[in-house]
Amino acid sequence: MIQFQYERAATTKAAINGLANSTHAKFIAGGTNLVDLMKRNVMAPTKLVDINRVPLKDIQQLNGKISIGALALNSQVADHPLILEKHPLLSQALNAGASAQIRNMATVGGNMMQRTRCPYFYDTALPCNKREPGSGCGALEGVNRMHAIFGTSEQCIAVHPSDMCIALVALDASVIVAGPKGERRIPFEEFHRLPGNQPEKDNVLQNNEMIISVEIPDNELSKNAHYFKVRDRASYAFALVSVAAALTMDGKVIRDARLAMGGVAHKPWRLREAERSLAGKTVSEETFRQAAEIAMQGAKAFKYNAFKLKLGPNVIVEALKNAAGLV
Amino acid sequence: MDKHKSTEKPEKELSSESRRDFLKTTSILTAIAVAPATVAKAAEFNLGEKMSTAFETTPVNLTVNGVKKQLNLEPRATLLDTLREQLDLTGTKKGCDYGQCGACTVHVNGQRVLSCLSLAIMHEGQEVTTIEGLAKGQELHPMQQAFIKHDGFQCGYCTPGQIMSAVACIQEGHANNEADIKEFMSGNICRCGAYPNIVKAIQEVKNGGRKS
Ligand SMILES: Cc1cc2nc3c(=O)[nH]c(=O)nc-3n(C[C@H](O)[C@H](O)[C@H](O)COP(=O)(O)OP(=O)(O)OC[C@H]3O[C@@H](n4cnc5c(N)ncnc54)[C@H](O)[C@@H]3O)c2cc1C
Ligand code: FES
Ligand code: FES
Repeated sequence: MIQFQYERAATTKAAINGLANSTHAKFIAGGTNLVDLMKRNVMAPTKLVDINRVPLKDIQQLNGKISIGALALNSQVADHPLILEKHPLLSQALNAGASAQIRNMATVGGNMMQRTRCPYFYDTALPCNKREPGSGCGALEGVNRMHAIFGTSEQCIAVHPSDMCIALVALDASVIVAGPKGERRIPFEEFHRLPGNQPEKDNVLQNNEMIISVEIPDNELSKNAHYFKVRDRASYAFALVSVAAALTMDGKVIRDARLAMGGVAHKPWRLREAERSLAGKTVSEETFRQAAEIAMQGAKAFKYNAFKLKLGPNVIVEALKNAAGLV
Repeated sequence: MDKHKSTEKPEKELSSESRRDFLKTTSILTAIAVAPATVAKAAEFNLGEKMSTAFETTPVNLTVNGVKKQLNLEPRATLLDTLREQLDLTGTKKGCDYGQCGACTVHVNGQRVLSCLSLAIMHEGQEVTTIEGLAKGQELHPMQQAFIKHDGFQCGYCTPGQIMSAVACIQEGHANNEADIKEFMSGNICRCGAYPNIVKAIQEVKNGGRKS
């Protein structure tokens, strides 16, 4: 790890000022992603601004929504009574990620900003357009078992690894960010981006902006929500495919459906067409199977991840069955 | 030679510049302590404590197993390396050094965390408990006793991390049944596969009703 300058900020303003005049400065929150990447020289900021003392840890009910501070810990959010009661989908997704120790360190903002786990991104001896623009994509023709099947480009086929973000995109969350010119609000679905020909950009946050909080509008999805994650071992592994499913039901009839998929794209992948196909239908495995087929339209596999084309729809059906109480 | 010179100069400039900043910020902080709210407000724009410049060590205060420690550390020193190499507390193990095995688990302010992915400087003023701090004098912690009783290890390399994690797992309320224990202990890998016995040890302590 290279040497760097270290600064501790106590307010949002000080934190944002800490980034000014320094293109190689980064915030550090839990450190669980950044310290890992710095040890491997994948990232080498020359200055770290420690934001852990900025008071942004609150989880609170506001008018018609719940607000979660960017520095709330993943474990704190997962275990919070308000989240357990109103957004169990988010609790489940958080607890499906990483380990208890990591969730005690990882923050909401850091989780959103975590980088891909693509092995070509991690290995500085190999080409990667995300790490080193223009060097090529090693995964395209390489070992691409963990990689994307939706929204890929010739430049990059990496996936965003977060579980938390899959639940948040399904719950129609918004992200509040602050910069030198004040605050702005970004719909969660627009926060992360597709690789296109700028895979070095994971999301739309500017270099001098900070995530302040995430807001989830109240909904009626809490009784029929399920996060289903398939991985190489039972726990403590990244998703091969995961699905967040939540339904608002009128007896056996679906009024509103939310579906999002993880492990399949460069961003949390919302399945809007499939959601629309479910509205007004009576719950059944057949209905779910049809929705899953719609969801998978446009998927494109690479040499080693073709299994995701089969696994994907099965995980969608299982998540929906669990959400609807059919299992 | 020339090249060497030209890289050295900006470095020097950088560090003297930053030292000035440090003094400036320090005096602002002192000012806040004694000044009325307006001054504090004016200073708010700058309320980042500049702790260190690259190539400098910084004073860091930690309470480790109940004892106050004053250290001088590079910002890049992890908590794990600090415990093992500065404080000679080698009970905490380095397995992977990348957050993947749990061997380095310690408690910070009572919460279990991975010391390998944590910079020591981020824990200024906080309380760290390692495996060495668990026993009360000669009396082992109930979790340590239960690991011995149930053979919760073979080679023992993962054990300090397992025990620190297990103690926290019960405190968090995540040890209510076998499935929960397995899920919430999944961050501690055991190459020897002592898992079933580790679960038994945790269940015994949990049912024995002693929580710490
Ligand atoms: C072994 C291992 C297994 C894991 N498994 C999973 C898993 O299964 N599922 C999963 O979802 N995740 C998993 N993770 C990833 C983990 O969730 C992330 O590392 C964590 O969420 C990052 O949060 P942090 O606070 O530690 O971020 P940091 O490491 O502190 O920061 C990460 C990035 O976010 C930026 N940042 C932090 N806060 C802000 C902010 N408020 N505003 C703007 N930028 C900010 C930092 O500058 C940095 O670039 C795993 C990690 C490890 C090490
Ligand atoms: S040494 Fe820290 S998790 Fe392996
Ligand atoms: S006892 Fe050997 S690794 Fe766990």
